[in-house]
This record gives sequence, C-alpha cells and structure tokens, in this order.
Amino acid sequence: MKTISICILMCLTAGLAKADWLQFRGPNATAVSTDAKAPAEELKIAWTADLPGRGLSAPIVVGDKVFVTCSSGPGQETLHVFCFNAKDGSKRWERAMRATGRTMSHNKTCVAANTPCSDGDRVFALFSSNDLFAFDLDGNLLWLRGLTFDYPNASNSLGMSQSPVVIDGTLVVQSENDSESFAAGLDVATGRNKWKLERPKAANWTSATLWKGVAALQSSKGILGVDPATGKTVWNYEDGASTIPSSVVHGDLLYAVSKGITALSPEKGSVTQLWRNEKLNPGTASPLVLGDHLYVVNGAGVLIKASAKNGDEAWKLRLKGPFSGSPVAAGKRIYIVSERGSFQSIDPEAPEGKVVQEIDLKETVLTTPAISDGAIYVRSDAKLWKLQ
Amino acid sequence: MKLTPALLFAVAGLPLFAAEDLSKPIEALRAVKKEGDGNEAAGKAWQQIVKADAQSLPEVLKGMNGANPLAENWLRAAVGVIADDALKAKKMPVDSLVAFLKDTANSPGARVVAFDLIHRADAKLAEDLTPTLLNDVSSDLRRHPVAKLIEAGDAAMEKKDKEAAIVAYQKGLGGARDEDQIKTLAKKLRDLGQTVDLPSHFGFLMSWKMIAPFSNADRSGFDTVYPPENGLKFDASYEGKGKDAKWVDFTSKDEYGKIDFNKPFGMEKSVVGYAATDFLSTEDRAAEIRIGCKNGWKVWLNGELLFARDEYHRGAKLDQYKLPCQLKKGKNTILVKCCQNEQTEQWTVEWEFQLRVCDATGTAIVAAK
Repeated sequence: MKTISICILMCLTAGLAKADWLQFRGPNATAVSTDAKAPAEELKIAWTADLPGRGLSAPIVVGDKVFVTCSSGPGQETLHVFCFNAKDGSKRWERAMRATGRTMSHNKTCVAANTPCSDGDRVFALFSSNDLFAFDLDGNLLWLRGLTFDYPNASNSLGMSQSPVVIDGTLVVQSENDSESFAAGLDVATGRNKWKLERPKAANWTSATLWKGVAALQSSKGILGVDPATGKTVWNYEDGASTIPSSVVHGDLLYAVSKGITALSPEKGSVTQLWRNEKLNPGTASPLVLGDHLYVVNGAGVLIKASAKNGDEAWKLRLKGPFSGSPVAAGKRIYIVSERGSFQSIDPEAPEGKVVQEIDLKETVLTTPAISDGAIYVRSDAKLWKLQ
Repeated sequence: MKLTPALLFAVAGLPLFAAEDLSKPIEALRAVKKEGDGNEAAGKAWQQIVKADAQSLPEVLKGMNGANPLAENWLRAAVGVIADDALKAKKMPVDSLVAFLKDTANSPGARVVAFDLIHRADAKLAEDLTPTLLNDVSSDLRRHPVAKLIEAGDAAMEKKDKEAAIVAYQKGLGGARDEDQIKTLAKKLRDLGQTVDLPSHFGFLMSWKMIAPFSNADRSGFDTVYPPENGLKFDASYEGKGKDAKWVDFTSKDEYGKIDFNKPFGMEKSVVGYAATDFLSTEDRAAEIRIGCKNGWKVWLNGELLFARDEYHRGAKLDQYKLPCQLKKGKNTILVKCCQNEQTEQWTVEWEFQLRVCDATGTAIVAAK
C-alpha cells in the first residue's frame, strides 16, 4: 500500500511539475502560461546557448527539454532542429536536414520562421520551405514530409511562418499563399494526410488557434473553425481577418484580429459577434487575454489594455519597440522582447501599466518567448537564453 | 539446448546487426514518395540503420545516390546519428569518406555530407582538400574554395600585390556559382580595372522576341490561351488590350539579364506578355532552365509546359525557380508568359523576368553558334 501511495504521489507531483509550452504562444495558443510556478519578479540570464543559424521560430518546452529550430547556409537550405537541456542549456541532440522546398524569403524573416509544436511525445518541426519533420523527444526521426515536393506551387517568395498545432492525434499545418494554398490535417504517427482543404489564394502568416478542440484557421477572408479529425467546417466567421497577427481564445470566446479586435462567440454552425473595437489594432504582435483584460501591442509599440468583456480601453503604455514577436504572460506579468533585444516585463495591474524590468539581450530578436517551470526562453538568430 | 546463430551472437556479446546488410532498410528509405507514402516503413528502417557502426557511413551515403529529396533527408538524418556516435568514439572512417568525396559519381548532396563529416573529424584534412573542389560538380562544394580565394586575393591586396589578387579573384570567379560570391568577385575585379562579363558567366538569355499587351483583367489572363501559346508567328499581330499586340525584338542591356516588358510596351497593368527565344544546344542533354520573376509566369520548352506560377509581387531573385528539362541537339524554343496584375503600388511596377540555361550546378551552358 505504501508503495502504491508513493507511486500515486510521484505521478501527481510529476503532473504538477509538468509545465510544457508545446507550440507557438504555448498552452492552447493563448500566450498565457498555465503553470502554477510563475517566473520570479527579478529575472536574470540563467544560461545562454549558441545557435548556428537564423530563426523567427519560438522555442517550445517539453518537460526538461527545450526545442528550437534554425536555418543556415548561403541560401538557408540547412534546417536544424535542436534539443537542449532546460536545466543547463547543454545540447542533447541536433538534427540537420536539407530544404526540399523553396527557401527564398524577405530579408527580415528566414526559413526557420514557423514555431515547432509537440504532443508531448513527438516534436513537429515545420519550416518556411514547407519541410516538415517529426522526431521523438530523443531525436529519432519518425517521419517527414516535403509539402512543396508534394504540392509544387505551395510557397511564398516572401517566406511563410504559419506554425502548426496538434490536436488529438492530428497535426494541423497551413501553407497559405497566393498560389497553391492549403491547410491539412496529418496523422501524427505517419505524417499522412487525414484531410486537405483548399484555402484562400492569398499570402498568410497567421497561425491556427484552438477553440474548444476546434482548429481556428485565420485568413484574409475570416476565421474557419474546422474539426481537426476530419477537416469539416464547424463554424465560419466571414468578415475578414488579419494575415499577420493571430487571434486568441479565452474561455469560450474567440478574440479575432478582424477590423481591430472583434470578440466572437462561435457555436456549432454559427458565430455571434459580441463586440468590436476598431481602435484595438495589433501591429505584428498577436494579442493575449490575461484575467478580464485583453492586451494588444499596436504598430507603434504601444501596449493597450482593454476590457475583455466589452473592448473598452483602460490604458496605453508605450513600450520600447518595435516588435515582431508577440507578448506572453505568466502570473501577473506580461513579457515581450523588442526587435532590438529589449526584454520587458510589464505589470499590467499597475494603474497605467508599468515596465518593471528590462534586460538588454544585445541581439536582434524577432520572436515570441516561451514560458515553462518559472523560466522564460528567448531566442535570436545566434542565441537561446533562459531567463529565470 | 541447441545454439542458433542468433544465440551465438548474443552469447559472444556481439551486436546482432553489426554485419547486417543495410541494403533493405536503405531501400525502404529510398522508397518514400509524395504525401507521406512509405513513411511507416521508412521510420522502422531508419531505426535499424542508425544502429549501424561508423564503417557503414559510406554505404548509407551511397544510398543517397539517385534518391529523391525526401529519401535524401531520411538518409541524411541517419548519417548524422551514426556520425555523432563515430565522432564521440573517434571512429570516423575518414579515409573511406575521402574516397567517397573524390568519387564524383556519387550524388552532390551525399558528397557535401561526406565533406562535412571529414571537416568535423579532421578540419585540417578538409582544408587541404578544399582547393580540389573549386570546379566540383557540386555548387555547394565550390563555395568554400571560392571563399578561400577571396581571402587570398584580399591578403594579396593588403600586401599591395595587385597582380596576385587579380589571379586569385579571377580563379575564384571561374569557380563561383553562388550569386553573392560572384557579385563580390565581380566588384573586386572591376575595382582593379578588370572586365567581367556577368551575362556570359551566368548564361542569361539576353535577346528575345516579345509581344504584348494581352488582357489579364481579374488575373484571368494567366489561364487564358492567347495565340502565342498555339504557335509562334512573329509576323502576326493580334487584338490586344486597348491596342494591337505585335512582336518586337528586344535585347537586354541589364547585366543580370532582366527582360523588361515595360521597356518596349510601357508600364501597363493587368496585362499579359510573351517572350520567345531559341537556344542552340550542341547536344541532347539534361539541363535546367532557371527563372527569376515576381509576376505570374509560365515557361514552355519546345512546346512543353515546364512550370506555371501565379504569384505576384512577392519578390524575385536569381535562380528563384529551377526547372529541370531536356535539351535536344540544335534549336530549342523557349516561350515565357509573363503576367502583370492590377496592383498600383510603386513596388508592383516590375513586369519582367530573367532566365538562364545551365546545368544542375548552375554552370552556364554555352549555346552553339
């Protein structure tokens, strides 16, 4: 009996300690940590690891492992997937592959632009070249796809960045562009298509969000909710949406980046608009909801706090921008890193909002942090930092 | 108890698969196809291959010969795992990797991996091998020796040895296939008073017959079959968008070979143009037509559509699209359809393409005279 109790205790402890950040913007793509352990008030650089190539992809964290992708080489044809020890930043493994799709992109972005995702057992690394690799956590290659090899006009000469999500055994990938534009649901075990949908023929850099088990696919046309198992439409919002910042889910509501922010209540077969505030205009960064408030970083680098219930603006706080990455939050803090490498910790409960800590990372940072187990992970084109 | 061969291996403490023939698992990786076909078998085979010892590296690399790019990546990943272990154990089979590298019958991709492994195991040896790769069939392998020649030329310039610098830069340019290195070397040579013929180096096709404007209203012209697609009659004229469409001769003066429809036809919007030229090949041979274009485009070779792309104004660069093709001895007719859309922003003015004929390394194929 004592042995069983210890086992149960160990399992519970393991469950509590698990603080995974499995995809772009973490749990449910909300950008808000669900970990009971929030980062410390005063953060310091715990360790730094060197990276051999560029990347706008965010790190993800599975247990004690941090995964990061990079692209290197004169044409960015070499695609790297790294696994680091969260504890000390030592490298556990690296896999270097070769792009089979097009690697051309705008100079500001790169081929390692899509954030990888994980179902806790596997890591799925998608690149702008449409190369997709599935590894187990120990670096064993499980399967791969070359989505431009499969669909030769699926590419964007400016680069692509749509991050995949994984839901109940289906990996949802998007390759939405001006030409052969599609989304697909892939079997996580084999990489084979479960379904494939034609998507609007228009460049799109947004990533899917997760609404109550539904994959919400955003495009210039609106947001399509699909059943991840079948690709069938669950609901469809057709009033247009941004093609850069992604929408966010909080509770039962979807805060769409559409004509500013439009709060939506999707249901099976229909979508009800609750409110719209056209002045809440995200720049490149995607919004987040923390508690009862929505936070938007506009194109001028101003953080705007607004009521999640009605969209009413509470305050504006000028941050040190500009920003390409999105804010994330844990506990009572919002974190964001500017393109110039200024990591900023924000107290959103201060009367007008307040930046309570800045760390100069001294590198260009174009990506979104990850949060796990009281630590924040940030990457540049050359480094991965753990802040704790 | 009867001892089976398997038990004998186990008793002797030998790895059961040490001497196993890897041909079947390698074949499983080579069998992967589009849309994940073959992934399940490949995943199992991959696990088997990565257990092989370091001496198997050349065999696994050889598996990349003639493999499709997906299979190459399966094999590349397996090589990486075996090589990591070999490096830790200091058992990298450097001699056999050098032999593999030197055998140009092996695929360029596999030889690049072999060179990387040699470099990781013995950086000095890799540096010693570098000059031998200047004119390699792999454009990737040429990059490092070209970089070394740029360094050598720069070092000569610091010593004010202009002649030595010119020799190094010219040698580098002869081997260079990457645009950034070619641009660097061309500038250095021109700064030293040397003539550099970039169109010839790249193999841009500079002289074309062009016709426009046909309508691309609502971008429908991309799929509309206009008369030039049914046959080239250079003395014909057709009803075009707002005016007759007639063939004109055009020779580019741009050293990156841009064929600019705006020059003969004016800055039109929502229009389609065609450009045709003949390329005289000295032999039947495999080749690549490489095009850079930020408009919608289609390319035909001898009446066969090679590729079509309906993306507008997302950017263009040298060798943006590589179209494998087969040249026939004698005249080969290349037809390009170039579609301009309706956008009016300043950055959507371009209605142009650049096109060259080269081999798989990017080396220009010289046309017969």
